[in-house]
Amino acid sequence: MHIFEGFLPSPWWQIWFVISIPVILYGMYQLNKLVSERREVVPLLAVAGAFIFVLSSLKLPSVTGSSSHPTGTGMSAILFGPAITAVLSVIVLLYQSLFLAHGGLTTLGANVFSMGIAGPFVAFMFYKAASKAGMNFYLNVFLATAIADWVTYVVTSLQLALAFPSAEGGVLGSFTAFAAVFATTQVPLAIMEGALTALIMKYVVQIKSDVLVDLNVLTSSAVTKLKETMQ
Amino acid sequence: MKLEYIVGIIVILFAVQFLYGVAANPDSEFGGADGAAEDVIASINPDYEPWFGGIGFEPPGGETESLLFALQAAFGAVIIGYVIGYYKGKSEAN
Repeated sequence: MHIFEGFLPSPWWQIWFVISIPVILYGMYQLNKLVSERREVVPLLAVAGAFIFVLSSLKLPSVTGSSSHPTGTGMSAILFGPAITAVLSVIVLLYQSLFLAHGGLTTLGANVFSMGIAGPFVAFMFYKAASKAGMNFYLNVFLATAIADWVTYVVTSLQLALAFPSAEGGVLGSFTAFAAVFATTQVPLAIMEGALTALIMKYVVQIKSDVLVDLNVLTSSAVTKLKETMQ
Repeated sequence: MKLEYIVGIIVILFAVQFLYGVAANPDSEFGGADGAAEDVIASINPDYEPWFGGIGFEPPGGETESLLFALQAAFGAVIIGYVIGYYKGKSEAN
């Protein structure tokens, strides 16, 4: 799904690096702070990172006749916010570009922006707003995750369209063409990913809810209520 | 309704959309969407040549690529299983 090596001409690949690098650096700062101040979240951080690893390796066939994979970034965005998610995404994207020839080093900036920053950022904002509005926690996780996944591919389409405007339709014309490939393939995958993440979050609430309170994902009264409905 | 049942239903629906995809696109090999995007680039700008070749390791074939993808998934799954199990054991010990 990632933009292939060498497929973004100048100046686009540099632009996406310039936008992504500050977020990654801020994420590393946040990550350092989190790990040194709250040792107890480290296992959960590992789960969020591993989740991105697993989901982005699953190439799932879709109704459009092509395959794509989920991003797995929604969970990390909800738990740790978009900047830390960007750092985790860099690790996964580096693995895939160095060992699998998927994505690439020159397109890393663009791929980190779509998968690690834009999708997670929208998901994070959605989650916070919806949880303030009192939406059911699992429904919220489901929607936020599906949005993170889908936004990633909409942004990828936009990145390609900006670099390859078509002769007739311009940027908008190519955006439609790229979005037709990515966004429609991704709709069923995004729904699937949202459902899976909601289920994993249920188990986290069950066995390690204090960390969620610690991370400001849920208030303690919300946890008590969720646990009551589980009985 | 239990969340597990809802997720189960979504998984079944996902399988159904895949089977429908197979029926609707009988000739498709279900290649990657990134490959399809490459075709779109080729139709917009037929002269475009990737200006940078990969410097990473290129899997020598589909089989090795599957191996590396499986390793990636297995590595992640082990960590998730370990941590969830660790938390569960800890919460039961309390």
